Amino acid sequence: MSNAVLYDGTRCIGCRACSVACKSWNRNPDDPEEKVSVEGGIQGKAFLSDKTFTFMRFREVGEGDDFKWAFCKIQCMHCLHPACEGACPVGALKRDEETGAVVYDDGRCFGCRYCMVACPFGVPTFQWDEPLPWIRKCTFCSGRLDGGLKPACVTACPTGALQLGEREELIAEAHARINASNGKYVDHVYGEKEAGGTSWLYISPVPFEELGLPIVGEEAPTENPHIAMRTLPYYAGGVVVLMAGFYWLTKRKQKLSQAGDHQGEKEEVTK
Amino acid sequence: MMQQKRSFPFGTLILTIVALVSVPVMIIRYLYGLGAMSNLSDGRAWGLWISFDLYCGVALAAGGFTLAALVHIFNAEKYHAVVRPAILTAFLGYIVVILALLVDLGQPWYIWHIMINWNIHSPLFEVGWCVMLYTGVLALEMSPALFERLHWKVPLRVIGMIQIPLIIAGIVISTGHQNSLGSMLLLLPYTLDPLWYTPILPALFFVSAVAVGPAMVILESTLSGMAFGHRVSRDVLSGLGKIIPYVLGVYLIMKIADLAVAGQLDMIVNSYPQNVYWLVEVIVGVVLPIILFSIPKVRQNRAGLFGTALLVIGGLVFNRFNVSLFWQAIRPGYTYFPHWMEFAISAGVISWAIIVFMLAIRLLPIAEHHDEAAEKPSQAVSGVAQTS
Repeated sequence: MSNAVLYDGTRCIGCRACSVACKSWNRNPDDPEEKVSVEGGIQGKAFLSDKTFTFMRFREVGEGDDFKWAFCKIQCMHCLHPACEGACPVGALKRDEETGAVVYDDGRCFGCRYCMVACPFGVPTFQWDEPLPWIRKCTFCSGRLDGGLKPACVTACPTGALQLGEREELIAEAHARINASNGKYVDHVYGEKEAGGTSWLYISPVPFEELGLPIVGEEAPTENPHIAMRTLPYYAGGVVVLMAGFYWLTKRKQKLSQAGDHQGEKEEVTK
Repeated sequence: MMQQKRSFPFGTLILTIVALVSVPVMIIRYLYGLGAMSNLSDGRAWGLWISFDLYCGVALAAGGFTLAALVHIFNAEKYHAVVRPAILTAFLGYIVVILALLVDLGQPWYIWHIMINWNIHSPLFEVGWCVMLYTGVLALEMSPALFERLHWKVPLRVIGMIQIPLIIAGIVISTGHQNSLGSMLLLLPYTLDPLWYTPILPALFFVSAVAVGPAMVILESTLSGMAFGHRVSRDVLSGLGKIIPYVLGVYLIMKIADLAVAGQLDMIVNSYPQNVYWLVEVIVGVVLPIILFSIPKVRQNRAGLFGTALLVIGGLVFNRFNVSLFWQAIRPGYTYFPHWMEFAISAGVISWAIIVFMLAIRLLPIAEHHDEAAEKPSQAVSGVAQTS
């Protein structure tokens, strides 16, 4: 029922057209302090930032005749049960049920950065150099999706490594490609079940850890906190009743012992 | 009545300097952004301020609700003398939290958004509300001291009338707050180390806060006793010391049983180096205080009480740092060690709080618990009979 993008690592040629399209669509300037990573190969951008919503990770895999480049596009995963949405106290981050995009509303945000801490994929970023900073992250080009267009990065991709589609259909397609390939791919669709499922899906010829994608379990991170928050009213009610009860009991005990004292006094007087 | 030292003490001078240093640092933050004065980054979005000022500050304010419950609900009159200092400490703890958040939040003036844009599923939504509500409740709980000093009879009577509902509200909100700080970590099943991540984190936070409450009262009473000369009787402090091993015992059992149920007890041995942190936290901050506070000789001795209370507090601080900083995975490629200006802010807000505490102790009837005025209103309104 919702949009998804399938990234196929075997079709990607690492041209970074997606990054350029992202920068220009979002009017993001170059990152003056961009750290250029040489770890694991040559790549332009090494980190997401408030000015970089997506980048292409380059990895050198294997040696000698086995040597090959492996690529991985990094951006917001647009989770089905986003940790950032569960974290945000003011609902500034929300998953749009229609488009599947997890979108940010700076009209609500006050800059607590819990979303950044909570995200299992390390996506939301912050304007550290602004006196009045906001959160920044990939929007899934939700405005373009609303208008019936593909996200800027998908539009720019020349090889079809990025494909927009229905999530269920893309998952089926991904498995079909894996099964038809005779071991060209790792037999796993990253994002199908990770963190309760994501809208961005990855298939790759090299293990996902080697691409620097975090190893994340299948449980949605929002599950446990939701249970905790649901029990909260009962907790509060219980404490009120308990405390009022104890207060009543100690008062009563006191009154009784006072009455007892009075009785004792009376008895003493009558004696 | 009060034995005041007239000279300007050296300690106060240091406090004043530290407090003043934080002011230009705050100005730098608002001119050039958080990046200019902190080592926080996209990889480590929460650092020293959240771990120390928020997580530890709130936990160390637990003396307020534990003592309020002990005296006003369970009627342990013996501890009456330390309720007001405990509530004052809690109030200042919350002021520390708020001051630190003024620096840490991106746009703190929009904090009121939390009142109109509700996300009831967010643990931080609850934390935010608890900070606001409990600071209000603590201010009301503190207000009789001010009204007494000003001899305002009517507001004093009004506060006296709502005293018990106020105390109960305070207990609900503040314990809920302790819980919800634990709930906040529940969102991090993949980034918080499994040695600490557990669905019962909220309960562990609550129980450890109950244990640290009396320890904070022992610490604060001893220190203000040294500074101002009016000492709290040893009997009261050792009574508090006697409570702590029971609560810490429950905490220890919960911590071990939780690992056992999850089948993760082997991590205590195997997951190096986390296990070293865990063992130090549990042995020094939990097991050792249980043993020490169970020895009557230690409880009868002011130094023993003070030292053991410090262990409890140190253990809790270490625990909060473990869960909120040390063993929360940082994004790959980033490092974090606090900038000196981050330390300056944390030390600065604590210094402001201690200065306010010292002024309040001098100016308001807080430690002079034998003052007639302090006893009368609660007696008259709630009919509390003083057990002798």
